[in-house]
Amino acid sequence: MEIFYFMLAAFSPFNLFLAVLGVAAGIFIGALPGLSATMAVAVLVPVTFGMPTEAALIMLGAIYTGAIYGGSYAAILVNTPGTPSAIATTFDGYPMARRGDGDLAITLSTLSSVVGGLVGVLALLTLAPLLAQIALKFGPVEYFWLAIFGLTLISALSQGSTLKGFIGAGIGLLLSTVGVAVIGADIRYTFGSQFLLGGVEIISALIGLYCIPVLIDLVATPSAHLQPPNEGRGIRFRESLGLIWRSKFNSLRSAVIGTIIAILPGAGGSIASLVSYSEARRTSSRKEYFGQGEPDGVIATESANNATVGGGFIPTFVLGIPGTPPDAVILGALLVQGFRTGPEMFTTHANVTYTFIGGLFIATLVMLPLGLLIGRYAFKSIVAIPKALLVPSIAFMTVIGTYAIRNNPFDVVVMVVLGVIGWVLARYDIKPSPIVLGLILGPIAEQGFVQGYLMGNASGSVLMVFFGRPISLAIIILVVISALFPLWRMRSSRRAKPSQKREVQHEH
Amino acid sequence: MFSSKMYKAPFLATFISISISITAFSGQVSAQDVDDFPTSNVQYIIPFGPGGESDISARLQQQYFEEITDQQLIVQYMAGGGGAVGWSQLNEMEADGYAIMGTNLPHIILKPMGKDPGFKTKDLKNFYYFHYSPDALIVNNDSPYKTLEEFIAAAKKSPGAITLSGSGTQSANDIANRKLEMLADIKTTYIPFKGTGAAVAALLGNQVQAEWGYTTVASNHRDKARMLAVASKERHPQFPDVPTFKELGYEMFGGAYRGMAVPEGTPENIVKKLSNIFGQINQNAEFREKMLELGFVLIDVPYEEMEEFMAERQKEYEKIAEKMNINK
Repeated sequence: MEIFYFMLAAFSPFNLFLAVLGVAAGIFIGALPGLSATMAVAVLVPVTFGMPTEAALIMLGAIYTGAIYGGSYAAILVNTPGTPSAIATTFDGYPMARRGDGDLAITLSTLSSVVGGLVGVLALLTLAPLLAQIALKFGPVEYFWLAIFGLTLISALSQGSTLKGFIGAGIGLLLSTVGVAVIGADIRYTFGSQFLLGGVEIISALIGLYCIPVLIDLVATPSAHLQPPNEGRGIRFRESLGLIWRSKFNSLRSAVIGTIIAILPGAGGSIASLVSYSEARRTSSRKEYFGQGEPDGVIATESANNATVGGGFIPTFVLGIPGTPPDAVILGALLVQGFRTGPEMFTTHANVTYTFIGGLFIATLVMLPLGLLIGRYAFKSIVAIPKALLVPSIAFMTVIGTYAIRNNPFDVVVMVVLGVIGWVLARYDIKPSPIVLGLILGPIAEQGFVQGYLMGNASGSVLMVFFGRPISLAIIILVVISALFPLWRMRSSRRAKPSQKREVQHEH
Repeated sequence: MFSSKMYKAPFLATFISISISITAFSGQVSAQDVDDFPTSNVQYIIPFGPGGESDISARLQQQYFEEITDQQLIVQYMAGGGGAVGWSQLNEMEADGYAIMGTNLPHIILKPMGKDPGFKTKDLKNFYYFHYSPDALIVNNDSPYKTLEEFIAAAKKSPGAITLSGSGTQSANDIANRKLEMLADIKTTYIPFKGTGAAVAALLGNQVQAEWGYTTVASNHRDKARMLAVASKERHPQFPDVPTFKELGYEMFGGAYRGMAVPEGTPENIVKKLSNIFGQINQNAEFREKMLELGFVLIDVPYEEMEEFMAERQKEYEKIAEKMNINK
């Protein structure tokens, strides 16, 4: 009962005001590529020092939630993930926007984000101590296999050209080795340049690989960026509700996947949304439409990435180990305010913790009206702005955004170079997603492997360490299934082809 | 005060150019007011990502900086290469005292010993070192090792079989492990992780048997983990029951030290002023209490004593670096 009381405390007018303000600010920051949730939270930390702890936490949580959701705008409207969590949203979100369904995609993203966010917060409220144990069960070897699993998903996701998917992933893996290695501290592939010491920053790579090719194409082709929506359809709220209801299992499953992966401190939102996307496709009866603007794709990724918000707080509060980078900043803010995480958070500091969870609930709910409102204008203005204005504005944002990540001008150079390379590669059907995923998964796989190898040497059996642990074995089975999936699909599609052809001819 | 004549010319030149640029662009500051420094916000660049110990201690300084100077200390991040990205760019920043950067030991000494990280230790003009987090050997609460002696005995029995997690290679943790190996004549397996958070997770999940961390780590996780010994000169007030390595017969002192530097060419009297301001913050009772509570140990190394302090550390780390084959 006490818990309920603490949560109600979040509903004070001041806190509500902070939640609305935080979510709105978060949406804008998340929507602008380069301005990430981590940065948004970090910038706000000093502002919160003067506030009561509960209010400060609510504000930070609201910004974080808003930013993760806002990341879908850029993914849908400009094919550029506003945050790494939104990578998979580009797969179907952008094709939807191109054909004039941008309004539908945004409304769907809003609804799924709310569903995902609520599931994550609910898990945080009810199962936190239990779920936190998952974080501890994952050792280096499990992370290694998880990263391998992620890499096999690439092959499943790159339709028709598994080989090209792997080439892209290979490029990404190579890029991920640039800079100072975490293990061994070797300096690799910097060609003597101090600017490359910090490696290829993931968000700069994201902006370059996704956004620059879009800009080049915008300039090179005369057609409009996005199809304008048909008149008088509004935000297509009813239609979206219907779609979400039809896909309620997809949405819930993705939210659960998102929550669980967020609990693993080494994984993160990009893996969460990727895994739920491929799960959604695997179980869907409309497999062949994925990647061409299938609403279920957007529902899956957006449910998953907003579930990571609540999920990530589970290890943060229970173990004091941040689940995601923004959590690390919030954890720091808590320490500065004199709070120690751990069981105390749910006993001595229960008032603060539960008020915060209440605040996250509010922030997630506020996202619905606010998101629909802002989303509508975002879509309309991107459609309405003439190309001559749109291209330079986006180009300007990419430069500012890339620079802002680490205050490093060289990251801008890397971004542009990767962008041009990405545009060329796209001509040869090598898409940006495998490259970026290679870049994200490479270090996880590498560190997991070396750590597991060292552990194996210490215990006397490397093989046992890699193949003798139950969770590892489960992931290995997933890897095998996922690696064989494209082969199976190729065979079944070969068998199905003759009949399909006939149908096509029929239509003509 | 202006001890070297050589310094005067560039100092004057920079100072004039700064005052010109400041008066030209903002119109707020005139040339005479070194006494009034700072008259606008000071940028405090942390060469790591947010949320780490460097960030947390900077955030604590932030509040008291404003009390003393009426100006804000604005914390920014410039992460990459374990600090190298920031430090290699420090001297290209405006040398007017309005840009300062966090520096860390042993990082700034060890990094330039290997391949060129884009900066040299002596290029960094440190003006104050304000605390350190002492190295600590940490185990899970339910670990079979109750004392350091038991841990060392177990390591002697089966060389290399005990695994320890820690943050990074050639880091404070790595060095601590190497030092203890040398002092106790044992062999262990050190497993580097990306950051302290990941190293702690590996310990709490029983992926490794022990962790090299700091008193700060133990302070954060005191419900689940305990320290066998700390590498400070005296026992930490937060942990009166945990012995120092010295008490147990191992001459181990050290940890991760943190301080601040300015770009080369920053006017001498402004550097001194900054050193004074941060010295004042370090004396603030509330600040001290908060830092201790988090497990830090405060030290006071002002600008005047910096050279000696750094020379001592340099000697100490060089000894270990030789054993670790860092300087090739």
